[in-house]
Amino acid sequence: MSTGILGRKVGMTQVYDESGRAVPVTVIEAGPCHVLQVRTRERDGYNAVQLGFADKPRRLARRSERGHVAKIESARSRSRADAGVEVVGKAGAEPKRYVREFRGEAGDATVGQEVKVDIFSEEDSVDVTGTSKGRGFSGVMRRHNFAGQRASHGVKKVHRHPGGTGCSAYPSRVFKGKRMAGQYGNARCTVRNLKVVGVDAEKNLLLVEGGIPGPNGGFLVIRKTNMLK
Amino acid sequence: MSQQILEHVEKSYLKEKVPFFEIGDNVDVHTRILEGTKERIQVFSGVVIARSGSGSREMFTVRRIVQGEGVERKFPLHSPKIADVVVKRHGIVKRAKLYYLRDRVGKATKLKERRVKKTG
Repeated sequence: MSTGILGRKVGMTQVYDESGRAVPVTVIEAGPCHVLQVRTRERDGYNAVQLGFADKPRRLARRSERGHVAKIESARSRSRADAGVEVVGKAGAEPKRYVREFRGEAGDATVGQEVKVDIFSEEDSVDVTGTSKGRGFSGVMRRHNFAGQRASHGVKKVHRHPGGTGCSAYPSRVFKGKRMAGQYGNARCTVRNLKVVGVDAEKNLLLVEGGIPGPNGGFLVIRKTNMLK
Repeated sequence: MSQQILEHVEKSYLKEKVPFFEIGDNVDVHTRILEGTKERIQVFSGVVIARSGSGSREMFTVRRIVQGEGVERKFPLHSPKIADVVVKRHGIVKRAKLYYLRDRVGKATKLKERRVKKTG
């Protein structure tokens, strides 16, 4: 069985737990996903389960994408069949918008199998990976929480600048990794150990406590947490 | 679509029977509080001056004067800790938010009573 699932951020809201505490939760539409491929060490060099989430209209999917999820008749497939080449199993699903692999032993996962959110019903916490909201080319105050410089007392035009970076005679250079202005956001980002508040297998919903990266509607990878207890 | 999903999630956490009260009403808010291991009910009474938010996030604000000092408490309407809201008296008001009461002292804070005919 797969160790994770793919999903989409729906939005945030607030629910109450048994003790009456208001809990901020993120609602994730998780699955149902199809197993598109099972990677094995013998054939691919590593073990993994490949999942696909969210159907893509066939008119937008490339032929390779359509061929990845279902069998397509072609001259080549016919000639290969005539030659007696064994055909790799296909999921028999619609083309998918979001395809990701989960490394690890496949276990009882088979191609075409449906993975639903109930794999997390016994789970206490999960890790969620998404793409953070892009903030463009940002200065050091926004990007690294630098304090900036003073508003007055002789500071001119450099109120939001980082200040000195290279010190003096020693080392007379800027150290590698010095935090500076640059692209902020729109990067892969994982939040670990988010508490699972609820699993709605019927509606394919997963509720986790707290925020997760990315905008509403952003695609996510959700795994069982790798945090040690 | 996503809004409908959020509403579906919130629905199961809403109170089946929401206590009915209006802006300007004098109310007693019964809150459950935990004292050690024992649970007891604490009452906060005052005027409802605002309601905000929607769904399971709806809140209401109650204002009262304690020893000449204005005290406001904001309660989550759907919280299981809110046992009951009892309306004591209706007030005549012309707006949804009674923040003007904050600038008033003494007799001016009193709202005119709206008599409601009892039916049944």
